[in-house]
Amino acid sequence: MKLSVRTLIGVAAGVFLLASIAAPAFSAGIKIGFVFSMTGGAAVYGTAQKDGANLAIEQINAAAGANGLQIVPIFEDDASVPQQGTNVFNKLINGDKVSIIIGPTLSNTAKTTDVIAQKAGVPVLAISNTVSGITEIGDYIFRDSLTEDVVIPHTVKYAKEKLGIKKVAMLYGNDDVMTKATYEVFKKELHAAGIQILSEQIFAKGDRDFSPQLTQIKAQNPDAIIAAALAEEASGIASQARQLGIPKTVRIIGGNGLNSPGLIKNAGDAAEGTIVGAAWNISSTAPLNVKFVSDFTKKYGHAPDQFATQAYAGVHIVYQAAKASNGGADRKALREALLKIKNMDTVLGRFSFTEGRDANHAAIVQEVKGGKFVVTSN
Amino acid sequence: MGILLQQLINGLFIGSVYGLFAVGYTLVFGVLDMLNLAHAAIFTFAGLIALWLVENAGLSIWLAFPLATVFAGVMGLLLNQVAFAPLRKRSDSQFSGLISSIAMAIIFEAGALGLFGARSVRFPVGTVSAHIWHIGSVTITLLQVGIACVAAILMVVLTIFIGHTRVGKAVRAIGENERTATLLGINVNGIIALTFFVSSALGGAAGILFGLYFNNLTPDMGRSIELKGLAVIILGGMGSIPGAILGGLAFGLSEVLTVAITGTSNLRDAVAFTVLFVILLIRPSGLLGRGKTREA
Repeated sequence: MKLSVRTLIGVAAGVFLLASIAAPAFSAGIKIGFVFSMTGGAAVYGTAQKDGANLAIEQINAAAGANGLQIVPIFEDDASVPQQGTNVFNKLINGDKVSIIIGPTLSNTAKTTDVIAQKAGVPVLAISNTVSGITEIGDYIFRDSLTEDVVIPHTVKYAKEKLGIKKVAMLYGNDDVMTKATYEVFKKELHAAGIQILSEQIFAKGDRDFSPQLTQIKAQNPDAIIAAALAEEASGIASQARQLGIPKTVRIIGGNGLNSPGLIKNAGDAAEGTIVGAAWNISSTAPLNVKFVSDFTKKYGHAPDQFATQAYAGVHIVYQAAKASNGGADRKALREALLKIKNMDTVLGRFSFTEGRDANHAAIVQEVKGGKFVVTSN
Repeated sequence: MGILLQQLINGLFIGSVYGLFAVGYTLVFGVLDMLNLAHAAIFTFAGLIALWLVENAGLSIWLAFPLATVFAGVMGLLLNQVAFAPLRKRSDSQFSGLISSIAMAIIFEAGALGLFGARSVRFPVGTVSAHIWHIGSVTITLLQVGIACVAAILMVVLTIFIGHTRVGKAVRAIGENERTATLLGINVNGIIALTFFVSSALGGAAGILFGLYFNNLTPDMGRSIELKGLAVIILGGMGSIPGAILGGLAFGLSEVLTVAITGTSNLRDAVAFTVLFVILLIRPSGLLGRGKTREA
């Protein structure tokens, strides 16, 4: 094809014209940057988060109509590592000039990236970071995911009072910020409750074989096994424990990481009786939640997990604040509006931010019964 | 006592899986003298294909297993055609083949990621009988016994194949010297393709058993076993089939015992590779290696 000067001018003029038409609609939207781990070790969670966020964006934009406030999402992949997280945070803040960033998936990454956003005065809403020291980075950092400090005390209390557990063995991953934090909170709470810790066994990220650790645990005869693990690891731990002949009366108890349908799907019958402290339960009958679960399942062909739900809720929280701050184009005004979120009805329940900008809503304790998570206490 | 016995059994079974993986690996690496770094990707792919056949096509595992194994073999043929055959005339074909096999590994892995997603998946409950024997305080599952049997049978069959059949001898001849093998009238390209087929099919079988045993399949599951496979081959002795199985068992046992004694899996790989190092200091050609017969 031969390009004449005239065609070039024509194309340039066309592009210019298109841009000028598109511009007003563009400015009517709120630009949200999403930083999820779509590749690397945390890809499972990042994928779920992207699905949850996309569903929320789709529904919000459809409901708002062409004249309402539209969400303009920009998705980036942090590859599960802080280095790439830093790159995409810089791109979103300085290049795309987003109003707010939702993410990143891992606490490990957040500890590096959120510092950049804080310095630039860009609000961040963490939707899956559960370790301490995230919102402490600065006054622009928020989160909608309940921390382990909130969830685990409920779980330990339930284990002691309702299940009569006196001695436990602990099994945890010590090369992941999240599982290690879960372990530390559990240890503190177990001590406080006067429950004896018989032994502490350690596994590594990506392990599939837990039988050596479980064989040692079996010989100590604990009342329960505390598993500070992510869902895949916990499925392996549950099924291998039962295979090794650890009876079902020895419960497996875990935190947020175990709250995934993947646990039940992958461990099957061996997951029965597992006690999981969490921020959200799929079977909650609140109308918002019921609709979310059915919409999500229809769109993606599988049920949502807690990560997808917290992403979905996060988009709604940001949108609410954006509406309250005249479209959210001003980052400072958007931050002020976020602070004012109180008793908002979300899929996670009635949601507010604490003074420290952490999530405040009811934590739950669940038990796996008949292949489902069932809420045991509130 | 019961606890030690159980740990030994744990080590034996994980060792059989390593051995199975290494047997296919060593056919190409140890016998043909080509390092194929896409072996682990084929291992993963076959496991996921078998799962797909069981879950989506509704096949019984007894049918899905051979089908997925053959599929893995065909992937091996493709791998040979794309990554190794075009480079064979280059003087540096061993190294360039190694690099192009890394490329193929990435392509296979990305393919698995695209086709099956990043989620960790498992075979549906009841795919194989979950029968468990309790002998005293020791438990053994049917699947574990199956894996050990498959490993043992393959070891015997392959040893006979490589050592005593015409085709096996041709494979070894090519490993010694391709040019001489051609002069002897051996169909070099055909034999290499066949070896890739068998090697990849074995890798695939190991992937399916690995998936069935741990019930946790992800597109990157091959990475955890890739380096161990190489270590197992070196430990057992290059090109030795019984060596690969024995090396696998030694590796599995050292891993399990390390975890049992220290209570953490952080030292597991360090100890396993230290064992490898020490054994190589004592027996430089590996447990069952035959010294420098390949120098000719």
